[in-house]
Amino acid sequence: MGLVLKNVDKIVDGETHLKGIDLEFETGSRNVLLGRTLAGKTSLLRIMAGLDRPSRGQVLVDGVDVTGVSVRKRGIAMVYQQFINYPSLSVYENIASPLRRSGLNKREIDRRVHETAEILHLEALLKRLPAELSGGQQQRTAIARALVKDAQLLLLDEPLVNLDYKLREELREELQDIFRKRSAIVVYTTTEPSEALMLGGNVVVIDKGRVLQTGATAAVYQRPETLRTAEVFSDPPINALDSAITNGRAVMGGDIPIPMTGQLAGLADGTYRFAFRSNHLWLTSQEDGDVAITGKVELAEINGSETFVYVHRGQSAFVVQQEGVYPISMGNDITVFINPQHLFVYDTAGRLVAAPPAKELAFQR
Amino acid sequence: MARIEFDQIAHAYYPNPKAPSDFALKEINAVWEDGGAYALLGPSGCGKTTLLNVISGLLKPSRGRVLYDGTDVTALPPEKRNIAQVFQFPVLYDTMSVFDNLAFPLKNRGFNRADTIQRVKEVAEILDLTPDLNKKAAGLSADAKQKISLGRGLVRSDVAAVLFDEPLTVIDPHLKWHLRRKLKEIHEQLRLTMIYVTHDQVEALTFADQVILMYEGEIVQIGTPEALFENPQHKFVGYFIGSPGMNFLPCTLEGQAARVDGVTIDLAPETAARGAAAGGVLELGIRPMHLEVHGAAFEGGVPVTVKALEDQGSFKILTAALNGHMIRARVPEGRPVPQHKAWLKFPPSRTKLFADERLVG
Repeated sequence: MGLVLKNVDKIVDGETHLKGIDLEFETGSRNVLLGRTLAGKTSLLRIMAGLDRPSRGQVLVDGVDVTGVSVRKRGIAMVYQQFINYPSLSVYENIASPLRRSGLNKREIDRRVHETAEILHLEALLKRLPAELSGGQQQRTAIARALVKDAQLLLLDEPLVNLDYKLREELREELQDIFRKRSAIVVYTTTEPSEALMLGGNVVVIDKGRVLQTGATAAVYQRPETLRTAEVFSDPPINALDSAITNGRAVMGGDIPIPMTGQLAGLADGTYRFAFRSNHLWLTSQEDGDVAITGKVELAEINGSETFVYVHRGQSAFVVQQEGVYPISMGNDITVFINPQHLFVYDTAGRLVAAPPAKELAFQR
Repeated sequence: MARIEFDQIAHAYYPNPKAPSDFALKEINAVWEDGGAYALLGPSGCGKTTLLNVISGLLKPSRGRVLYDGTDVTALPPEKRNIAQVFQFPVLYDTMSVFDNLAFPLKNRGFNRADTIQRVKEVAEILDLTPDLNKKAAGLSADAKQKISLGRGLVRSDVAAVLFDEPLTVIDPHLKWHLRRKLKEIHEQLRLTMIYVTHDQVEALTFADQVILMYEGEIVQIGTPEALFENPQHKFVGYFIGSPGMNFLPCTLEGQAARVDGVTIDLAPETAARGAAAGGVLELGIRPMHLEVHGAAFEGGVPVTVKALEDQGSFKILTAALNGHMIRARVPEGRPVPQHKAWLKFPPSRTKLFADERLVG
């Protein structure tokens, strides 16, 4: 049964934060809410938790209406972006705090605190105060507190966003292991497509308070039904160029002829947006059938593993993601390559018309 | 503009430092050339902000000398060093207009009216603040305010250096890109000496010509972004730059090859020779993206057991066990990934050797 949201709206001071949300989360499922900043992810999580009441609609747990029932009366644990701990309590007491009023005996509490602390590598820090911990350790403490009581609903609101990227890398991996071993419904919000994919399970893509698409995370990534979903579910956002098919010939971005093979075969004449993720653009030609695109370099960003080249071309712009670190100067002319097999085709309303053939999904441990 | 030099700088926040761990900065000798774009990068607590504060004069070092164009300025406070600073949070006068905020550092230095107007207009144009020049700073967004702070830092062309301390912290992630580009453009146009402190590797590697990577109070490498990626001089650089970080495997040498737990991995001849000359604790290092993953045995292929696979969209990360050691490989999207057993190719040109944590070849 699990958790069901029925036709939920949230309106604050006349402003719509959430509109017509219908979602079902099964017991034991892992779920990612993916959306940009201010898309409504936190509002939705707070309604699931019972911290806020929806303006309209219902929240059901195992068929029982719990709309607006306080988080304290339900089996819920939540982790926030900010590292929220009791500043005057030790790490041990912070982790133990949700168990204190549960009627468990001291020994059982002690056992659970140690067990949870071990999972999160906090064993050596149990006597410290939160102020004596690094940011990563503080957030581990907050996560331990959420895990210790075996809640049926575990909500995490961008828990890693305020951590250094190396810590984020570590904790992201550990969280996957932790979620795998739980029977709770896990709902995890993020702005990052790679984080959503790593967590796997199901994804809910939300934008401007509405659900854009739901489904298995990898499947939605491979087949975004709208251009907006594709943008939210790509980092950098998917490239899209105005394109047209006239008399059975496709031209992308005004003057780039594209052969109409594969998923493009048989498309009707009309105007479209051809879209492609930045990792499908290359600085050197990779295979037969690659199409060259020229432009000017606006900026080359380097993240340590990849170089992202922002290219400007007449009225349009796109980004190339290249593995490795390359010095590429601003203002230089550049030629990049794409293979048409990677093109998504959207109509002028942003609805998917054709997609690259689905690839084999990654297996899980 | 000035060339800035550290001559045996060390700093401890407590009196009577003795052990190396007492020092926030261990002995540092470094040069920041006139007109360069530098980033000080490292995890929190590595000493990068301490180092910046020694450059600016906010902090007098326990030992050593700070030289600006050869002149000893160690004892001078920031206001006597002719530098501009931009901090994490906007520093400006809310009640003044954007124009007056930008003009303030110039008026203070006695610039004439005509020069001031011209310079403010130039900087405002670069930062897209022209339409806001007559507005009061108070009503503007956090991003706009931080742009004004940046403008105030950049408005004087006669400064010895512009120092930035995590200047994009308060900027919305989707606008950061825009400001990173602006800063890079500004450096190319104005050729000011810029020193930029950040823990964010994208900011550092995108902005700087030379990145100074710090770890536990020491500079572990100064180099171009490419050099940090291709030839990390210290294990920490290999770990910190790139995601996931470099793989390290303890090894011994046997002629031209490395032996890892009984498995032979070929090295470039010069790498093997330097390793033999260096001695010490040897480790082999290779970046996850430089490992080739195969689904069948081949000559020289290293057999591993697949432990996990993570899909990140544009690539997958394969975690595998090489006997007792975990090793990670990045597999580009669309490539097949073996399920249980895999064979890895270590291209010799990409396989590095570290002795006592330092790169030897």
